Amino acid sequence: MGNKSLLLVSVTGFILGLVFTLQSRPTLLEFGAVSWMPSMISISIVREIGPVIIALICAGRIGSSIGAELGSMKVTEQIDAMEVSGTNPFRFLVVTRILAATCMLPILVIVGDFVALIGSALIENIKGDVSFTLYFNQVFEALEFTDLLPATIKTFFFGFAIGLVGCFKGYNSKKGTAGVGKASNSAVVFTSMLLFILDFIAVFITDIFYN
Amino acid sequence: MKSNPVIAINHLYKSFGKLEVLKDFNLKLFEGENLVLMGKSGSGKSVMIKCLVGLMEADKGDIKVLGKDISKLKQNELDELRTKIGFLFQGSALYDSMTVRQNLEFPLRRHSHNTEKKTEELVKEALANVGLPDTIDLMPAELSGGMQRRIALARALILKPKIIIYDEPTTGLDPITAKEIILLMMNIQKKYATSSLIITHDVDCARVISNRMILLLEGKDYAEGNFKDLATSKDPKIKAFFK
Ligand SMILES: Nc1ncnc2c1ncn2[C@@H]1O[C@H](COP(=O)(O)OP(=O)(O)OP(=O)(O)O)[C@@H](O)[C@H]1O
Ligand SMILES: [Mg+2]
Repeated sequence: MGNKSLLLVSVTGFILGLVFTLQSRPTLLEFGAVSWMPSMISISIVREIGPVIIALICAGRIGSSIGAELGSMKVTEQIDAMEVSGTNPFRFLVVTRILAATCMLPILVIVGDFVALIGSALIENIKGDVSFTLYFNQVFEALEFTDLLPATIKTFFFGFAIGLVGCFKGYNSKKGTAGVGKASNSAVVFTSMLLFILDFIAVFITDIFYN
Repeated sequence: MKSNPVIAINHLYKSFGKLEVLKDFNLKLFEGENLVLMGKSGSGKSVMIKCLVGLMEADKGDIKVLGKDISKLKQNELDELRTKIGFLFQGSALYDSMTVRQNLEFPLRRHSHNTEKKTEELVKEALANVGLPDTIDLMPAELSGGMQRRIALARALILKPKIIIYDEPTTGLDPITAKEIILLMMNIQKKYATSSLIITHDVDCARVISNRMILLLEGKDYAEGNFKDLATSKDPKIKAFFK
């Protein structure tokens, strides 16, 4: 599930960077502040938009597939079969998936953020004659450790939430094929909501720490 | 017939919310016999055997397997006891992300500290027992329903259990494949001298394989006897099973 997610995250990240930059340009131009573009884009993407959008995409992709996979294993009694053959299905299936999601999401977010910045730099390069080197110099000047750290920490929690909800919904799915669909669907819906709540909490805590 | 039962269920109760599935159900399985349990769809047969292996908790009543009260066992003791019970699930329940080989190795890896070579041997023996030696590297999805059932049977048998529980071994199969599965079950019974609890609503299967039968009706062990006694009973409720 890693490779496909990586591609998905890269494509969406790239488009996000393109669109975001194109949309912001006219406004910044009006205020004569186009030179602020790299710092503005990088801070908003790294702090907020990157983690949330990419986590949402992963909730759709990873959360739903975990929900469907465990759901169908539950419905076809594969989980019961594991248990009667003396394997703790919880440890074997759930713990591994939650761990994988928790570790993978931060990586995907970092990749997505980076690709989004490349997209943004491309627009600036075409429309504003800003070289890639200059763009990224400004990006690194703008970004501080206090931007990166909380943003990365919260992505671990996002990953954990995606894994946990997917497993929970799948593991407790109701009998029948309809149960599997429902499990995977409600995994996505519930995770998406949870992500926003977690994000709010993360921003809230960060705010207390740094102000 | 024989002295001590390998499974003894006494006064078992189980309900889901308002739905009372089992109400005072009793059953004894003696060593070396083939006991067939018949009951209508939804009468609680699968629920009963899930209580029996500790996958579900009974509301009331006691269940002894090989002399041990399963509700009093610790997790590791329960796992240990489960190695002595083979379980064929109603829908085969093969792990569909694993090959046939990995499916069969799964119970082995957890329970016994076999060498690679010994594991390989056991897997091959189990596959030979069910007549499918060439499927070893296939995925379950590549097998027909009848073949999946046989692989599931091989997996249930791989630890050479003392007791085998079959949950509707022939349901969903054509009559010829069903007959093959029944023959297979009888061969295995002969070869390893297991005690079997067979759940079915297939009258032909019951006739061929049973030494003794129990009918599950209204949550109780409604009637007990050999196939002939029950099949010729005058009770209309019992007659309904043999139509
Ligand atoms: N986990 C559960 N939660 C709620 N109700 C359940 C659960 N498992 C089983 N039931 C209910 O218990 C009843 C008995 O189900 P069970 O699966 O034991 O039937 P069965 O005798 O095995 O039928 P079949 O021959 O169709 O397999 C059914 O009405 C079912 O809806
Ligand atoms: Mg059943």
